[in-house]
Amino acid sequence: MLGWMAWTWPTALLFIGIFSAMGILTIIEIRYPGGDERKGVLGLVTTRGDRLFITLLGAVYIHLAWLGFFGMPLWAPIAISIAWGTFAFWKV
Amino acid sequence: MKTHNQKAWFFVLPVLILVAFNALIPMMTVVNYSVQETFGNNQFFWQGLDWFENILNSSRFQAALGRQFLFTGIILAIEIPLGVIIALAMPRKGVWVSVCLVTVALPMLIPWNVVGAMWNIFTLPDIGLLGYFMNHVLGVDYNMTQSPFAAWVTIVAMDVWHWTSLVVLLSYAGLVSIPDAYYQAAKIDGASAFAVFRYIQLPKMKRVLTIAVLLRFMDSFNIYTEVFVLTGGGPGNSTTLLSIDLVKIALGQFDLGPAAAMSLIYFAITLLVSWLFYTLMTRDETK
Repeated sequence: MLGWMAWTWPTALLFIGIFSAMGILTIIEIRYPGGDERKGVLGLVTTRGDRLFITLLGAVYIHLAWLGFFGMPLWAPIAISIAWGTFAFWKV
Repeated sequence: MKTHNQKAWFFVLPVLILVAFNALIPMMTVVNYSVQETFGNNQFFWQGLDWFENILNSSRFQAALGRQFLFTGIILAIEIPLGVIIALAMPRKGVWVSVCLVTVALPMLIPWNVVGAMWNIFTLPDIGLLGYFMNHVLGVDYNMTQSPFAAWVTIVAMDVWHWTSLVVLLSYAGLVSIPDAYYQAAKIDGASAFAVFRYIQLPKMKRVLTIAVLLRFMDSFNIYTEVFVLTGGGPGNSTTLLSIDLVKIALGQFDLGPAAAMSLIYFAITLLVSWLFYTLMTRDETK
């Protein structure tokens, strides 16, 4: 049934990762409603969901930039993305 | 406030299903395509991130992206101020309101491919109204099938003609929602016309202008039909915008992998710019 979508394990894992992140945020939101809204260092008012969005969008650009300038392998951009995500959830 | 039940979720469900089928699932398929190579027959071979690397380093993609930003920049710089000026000039009371509104809205009612075909005929050097006038009355050499500059002027003029109306209507909606009391207060204070615009009308139009800029950015950044029908990306590659190049790769050459990688990069750019616009323009309200 899903043959036409041409699934591969790496892309499946990517989506499982994104959807579980959203799922975890949903559970946290049900436990602690309000989205933990605050004004971060960038001067933006963000909720947990906004911070996840910023993390993912940032990770996309970090990886694309690395691919464009240096190419494979991608260990360094993965590390930078994790650092960026930590920063986004901690300070932004 | 305490939530009493979770019924509201069911009302959102149809939208979720619709979005899943027309956006999410196709998008996931594109992600899957972008890491594979296919020669048809629904057979796919793992390719890793090679396509992304190739696209990012290809001069063809960079040139198309540059043209895309140039096009969007030019039309935003023209349409937003022009739309606001026209909206300010329109009457706010009386019989002429509906006449103006309908006239202004007319271009938006015309389908994209028809707009392209209309402008194509309009600009033909020997029989088109504009083309004939430029070449034979004004004596300007104007032929958009030969000169890249003429082609660019034409696609920008076409987009301005087609979509400034949207900015006008949105700005107008913002303007008529301003209560008279503001204008009376400005009159008592002896405010100049510019001061009224700067401190009353512009702040009140900010919300609708945010929407106008966002819509015009996204639409013009994803523009395909009008430019394709009008110039086909030519002469040469001079008006090959990102979407036109994408369709050439995906459907012309049937390179699904590179096309998928390219469309994901395209999507990432649209997403980032839209997010930046939205965040910067609504930042003051969320303080």
